Amino acid sequence: MMRIWATIKIAGRALRRNKLRTLLTMLGMIIGVGAVIAMVGIGNGAKAQIESQIASMGQNVIIVFSGSMTRSGIHTGWGGAGTLTIEDSEAIVREIPGVTVISPEIMSTAQVAAGNQNWFTRILGEGPDYFDIRQWPVVTGSPFTPQDVRGANKVAVVGQTIADQLYPGEDPLGQIVRVKNVPFIIVGVLKAKGLSVQGQDQDDLIIIPYTSAMKRVQRVTTLRTILVQAARPTLLNPVQQQIIELLRQRHKITPGKDDDFTVRNQQEIADMATAQSKTMTLLLGAIAGVSLVVGGIGIMNIMLVSVTERTREIGIRMAIGARGRDILLQFLIEAVTLSVIGGVVGIGAGVGVSQLLAAKMSWPTLISSTSVVYAFFFSAAVGIFFGFYPARKASRLDPIDALRYE
Amino acid sequence: MNAVIQLEDIHKVYHTGEVDVHAVRGVSAAIQTGEFVAIMGASGSGKSTLMNIIGCLDRATRGRYLLDGTDVSQLDRDDLADIRNEKIGFVFQGFNLLSRTSALENVELPMLYVHRHLPGREQRERALRALETVGLAERADHHPNQLSGGQQQRVAIARALVNQPALLLADEPTGNLDSQTSIEIMGVFQTLNQQGITIVMVTHELDIARYAKRNVIMRDGRIVSDVPVSDRLQAETELRRLRDAQQAVQLTV
Ligand SMILES: Nc1ncnc2c1ncn2[C@@H]1O[C@H](COP(=O)(O)OP(=O)(O)O)[C@@H](O)[C@H]1O
Ligand SMILES: [Mg+2]
Repeated sequence: MMRIWATIKIAGRALRRNKLRTLLTMLGMIIGVGAVIAMVGIGNGAKAQIESQIASMGQNVIIVFSGSMTRSGIHTGWGGAGTLTIEDSEAIVREIPGVTVISPEIMSTAQVAAGNQNWFTRILGEGPDYFDIRQWPVVTGSPFTPQDVRGANKVAVVGQTIADQLYPGEDPLGQIVRVKNVPFIIVGVLKAKGLSVQGQDQDDLIIIPYTSAMKRVQRVTTLRTILVQAARPTLLNPVQQQIIELLRQRHKITPGKDDDFTVRNQQEIADMATAQSKTMTLLLGAIAGVSLVVGGIGIMNIMLVSVTERTREIGIRMAIGARGRDILLQFLIEAVTLSVIGGVVGIGAGVGVSQLLAAKMSWPTLISSTSVVYAFFFSAAVGIFFGFYPARKASRLDPIDALRYE
Repeated sequence: MNAVIQLEDIHKVYHTGEVDVHAVRGVSAAIQTGEFVAIMGASGSGKSTLMNIIGCLDRATRGRYLLDGTDVSQLDRDDLADIRNEKIGFVFQGFNLLSRTSALENVELPMLYVHRHLPGREQRERALRALETVGLAERADHHPNQLSGGQQQRVAIARALVNQPALLLADEPTGNLDSQTSIEIMGVFQTLNQQGITIVMVTHELDIARYAKRNVIMRDGRIVSDVPVSDRLQAETELRRLRDAQQAVQLTV
């Protein structure tokens, strides 16, 4: 009954007859599908990187920020004097049972020097448990110790970039790095992490005991953040609640007044980040989708021209016994052939472009097989959708009128 | 009664613009199996309109048309398409071949729309046999623009025959051909008719009508005369006579 194969051959012949036109029409689809594949690839790549970055924050981590944060996530009072103290952090470990370890945290940027080399980098003041919480091992040497923290010792663990920049071809262990002219001895080098999603070099930093950072480098008495690790995922919420109560009490905040700190758990931060990356993927996909629709309109346009041009052919086919459905199928298959071949080439182009981006600009891209499958069926759907109207127009022609058409 | 075509008071009115054109005004006729009918008449007398109705390409405005005993006026578009495919072979004045498509593929075309689909090899064989019937097998791969008018019309006839219809309809099949080619085409028709195919053709040329067995004359949408052909011409004889005459001319020159 269905003479699909013969009809496909007719469609193929009709398309080959007008090679340039076929090519140009397909180009619309190629660009559309290619753009969708590349854009979604970029979005997914970013998402995957954010996810791995969040995983690298460690497990069951709660972060206490100094200052309050509005519901939209905007930090207020960021630049002002901090509200968290070392005593606060000690109280958290002491009084909340579900907390395993914490790391008081203080951050700054500073000029550092080694010999005659200068470098501008981030300085993190942390507790000795920071490396565990963040699951960021020291690969050469060892992390600093609780004694180093107690004594505010001048010891430092450096990222791979610092090691490479300040001590090229040398062993950085035991060397002196001057942070704001304060000499620190390097005791360890961190495992290299590479670029973050935002393109920041994660290995460009120096970690020192938070006490040393407060007393010797920044000369402040308050902390910026406190990293808290809960024992189990189920404890995240209760611990978070207890931290809020404890700090309100310690900061003497009366009921009804706002917190002067913010507590976020890892899940919340992850959700926020993935929501952002999802929005980005969606936006990129939507922009690319527009070009796909434009490609579809191109197909519709060409099919309408083709139906008009071939009115006589349609009349001849009908006169010798083609049913309306045969004609409909012929033109629909023609449209779908255009869109599917365009789609397949577009998938190839999209994969190529995103691999080029990944290789040349070190943009993380991720082409999932589902997005390829979706793109394939979507391009077929575009052919059916935009081919249907012209095909139906052809199939409804009256044989006599079509034969008489000049 | 086993009439292939039974027309009962057929009318056709074209509603175009402001005036209605009453192209066929009450035609009644019966055509039996094995007949060879020529419909004649002046231009505009409604011949093509009537042929299109007989060929199920168009519908009568009024009246009944029985094809092989079936009332065609009751059928829908798809049924009419199937009838055109299976029962009727139609030859047009303008050949109506698909350009840039070989003669063989043109002839294969009706088999594409057959319900019981034939394997590709069998389609080719049947198309070749149809081309042989019209004496054009050796031109199977030629495209219409590589063929003369007479050859194109033969391809069109082969296409009309390929689904082995009982009825062959032709609207001015020789209208675009010179006289010798016209006689050749009439030869093909006479052979087919001898094999049992019923033929109805429209022509406005008196001598062409004489190759048929029965002449129907139309005027203003009505049949005004319907007579058997008494002095029927045989294409074979006429062709021989023509060739002899041509030779005589060549000899004297
Ligand atoms: N599609 C049409 N629309 C309107 N009038 C038509 C149409 N086809 C034919 N006619 C009119 O119908 C009459 C008969 O035409 P036709 O059947 O083609 O005559 P013939 O084939 O004998 O020359 C003519 O007056 C012609 O103008
Ligand atoms: Mg006519």
